[in-house]
Amino acid sequence: MKRTPFIYTVAAATALVGLAACGSDDDSADGKTVISWWHNSNTDPGKGYYEQVAKDYEGDHPDVDIKIEAMQHEDMLTKLDAAFQSGDAPDIYMERGGGELADHVEAGLTKDLSESSADVISKLGGSVAGWQSDGKTYALPFSVGVVGFWYNKELLSQAGVTAMPTTWDEMDQVVEQVKAAGIEPLSVGAGDKWPAAHYWYYFSVRECSQDVLTDAVTSLDFSDPCFLRAGEDLEAFIGEEPFNKGFLSTVAQAGPTSASGLLVTGKVAMELQGHWEPGVMKGLTEDNSGLGDNLGWFAFPAVDGGEGDPTAAMGGGDAWAVSEGAPDEAVDFVNYLLSDEVQQGFAENDMGLPTNPAAIDSVSDPALAGLLEVRDAAPYVQLYFDTAFGQSVGGAMNDEIALMFAGEASPQDIVDATQEAADAEK
Amino acid sequence: MTVSAERVTGVGPPPDPVTRPRPRRRPRSARRSVRTALEVLFFVGPALALFLVFVVWPIIRAAQFSLYRWKGFGPLTDFVGLDNYSAVLHNEVFTDAFAHNLVIVVGSVLVQMPLGLAIALLLNRRIRGQGLLRTVVFVPYVLAEVIASVVWLQLLQPEYGVVDSLLSSVGIPGPEQGWLGTPDYALWTVLVVLTWKYLGLAVLLFLAGLQGIPADVVEAAQIDGASWWQIQRRITIPLLGPTLRVWAFLSMIGSLQLFDMVWILTGGGPANSTTSMATFLVTEGTKRHNYGIAAAASVILFVVALAFALLYQLLVLRRDTHDLSRLARPGSAR
Repeated sequence: MKRTPFIYTVAAATALVGLAACGSDDDSADGKTVISWWHNSNTDPGKGYYEQVAKDYEGDHPDVDIKIEAMQHEDMLTKLDAAFQSGDAPDIYMERGGGELADHVEAGLTKDLSESSADVISKLGGSVAGWQSDGKTYALPFSVGVVGFWYNKELLSQAGVTAMPTTWDEMDQVVEQVKAAGIEPLSVGAGDKWPAAHYWYYFSVRECSQDVLTDAVTSLDFSDPCFLRAGEDLEAFIGEEPFNKGFLSTVAQAGPTSASGLLVTGKVAMELQGHWEPGVMKGLTEDNSGLGDNLGWFAFPAVDGGEGDPTAAMGGGDAWAVSEGAPDEAVDFVNYLLSDEVQQGFAENDMGLPTNPAAIDSVSDPALAGLLEVRDAAPYVQLYFDTAFGQSVGGAMNDEIALMFAGEASPQDIVDATQEAADAEK
Repeated sequence: MTVSAERVTGVGPPPDPVTRPRPRRRPRSARRSVRTALEVLFFVGPALALFLVFVVWPIIRAAQFSLYRWKGFGPLTDFVGLDNYSAVLHNEVFTDAFAHNLVIVVGSVLVQMPLGLAIALLLNRRIRGQGLLRTVVFVPYVLAEVIASVVWLQLLQPEYGVVDSLLSSVGIPGPEQGWLGTPDYALWTVLVVLTWKYLGLAVLLFLAGLQGIPADVVEAAQIDGASWWQIQRRITIPLLGPTLRVWAFLSMIGSLQLFDMVWILTGGGPANSTTSMATFLVTEGTKRHNYGIAAAASVILFVVALAFALLYQLLVLRRDTHDLSRLARPGSAR
């Protein structure tokens, strides 16, 4: 029952974007080189910090004018897609690596930074690997983190949980204990699908050997029985009903009734989420404090009999990429963004997990510091499957996993749906 | 009846005052015909340009994309023929989405028609605060769909939302997963919110239609001793026919294109229980970068909507337009 046809709205919006784009150019009227920079730190302190960074850089380079657009994450992804289609991409943007980056590289949208950023790349070491293709580096990761369980210390101790679980048997026990104390154990933003999918990814990392996972990324073959076992593990856990009321329609991060909101307001005890969680929770509290010292973190527990390394981690990160047509100053600014100084400030503001080794000691949040130890001790960090396999396969996978959360898909269904989408890519 | 008459002619073959042959003048005057052409171009040009750029061109492009496997950037090279159409039509999510659209189409008409009619008949009587009541009924329609959706999303939050709080305070527990999170209730919840939002339009159109019913017919019935109810049933509602039919047409096309409300309330979930054809194509396109599939779905949506519109035009609306065109040209009755 809607009056305005959708297509007109889209068309009008496109027209506006198009008109707006016509007005801007790389050179502003006063002869300065304009660099457009899109990022997703749209809440303080991150937002303010990046404004300061840009201002500092402009101070040292008076001929450069940096235009920042800080957007909510999902908005940014949508706008980036539109920008790539119209061929009017921002000069500096975020790349998540994996299949997505490979597509962008293939379409000639992303600048090869191998030479222009050689010093930075050698400094960052192994963490650059996710953004390389054919030995060339296309983006510089500024934050690489791993997914794990964030918890409310007070609520867990209230439930009598003293030691954090390291195996799934112990985890089941914790869930039971927390439930018995009248607290909802976990929140999950299954409405957004990917937070639910993280469970399946991580069970796969525990059930599958590294070789199987590495092969799957290139061969797109999911026939190994370990993927089925991951689904069985997840199905069993969902069967324990550990999640918040209404988790099927809960969103990940927006507002007090989101999965992050439920954790920060003390409605649930734990949540499986990425390294950005403290920052998100700070943005959801009025005094920007989040859960403060009350926030703890533990790694995804080991699965009994799994073929995966129990210390392996699942995660990913964000990297600064420069679009193909951007001015050289953009590359220079990206290098500056990865400098010791900027990365230290980045860490001090708890905006993520710095990749520059010089900044690691600046991580002040004890929960994040714990996570960093796990990241650096992990034999490998498996990139989020939906990123690694690309949006089409990843989307089909996430959809089917969300169906399992609704009790409408079996472990075999997840493997089948994923394989079907993967075969369509071949 | 002014509104309905406008709407009816709006969906019929457009009478085009500008391109209609002008009274014949001296045919040899080339200057005049050039002038005429320029005039036509001046008045029709801007509208035509907008129509071509924002309606015709996107439709052509969508049809073109639908024949390729395309990720959203780079040139169209991977021609796959009709594979995308076959993939969409065999996709259970899409066929379910189509079924959901039909539920909304039928549900909207079945619920809003009697409800809107009842409210319009009530508001058409002389009662205290008539203007205020009319405004109240119409307010939801004036709200942007996105804003209305966000408001309802918050009201319907499980456990902490207003709806669940109110229900539990009178001892009725809301569903475990919330109204929007339970696959069995989600689509019906969306339908309720849509009804809340669009009932105002139905009432407004019906009221306008009621204004157009001649008072002497009603008075004649009153003199013959007809009760209020008999008058409504035998005179008012039949005379309101054209308005009802046009409203149903607008409602139907809107329901087929349902997007914003679903997108914000549920995003098509839980477990794909509220997907519509439009959410399907947006998910495939912008979320998964399967633009070929999305384009094929959009072409199918276009064809479905066109088929609905033409059939309705032929089977239901033709009588109205025929009657009206005869009324408009009283001398030409053959």
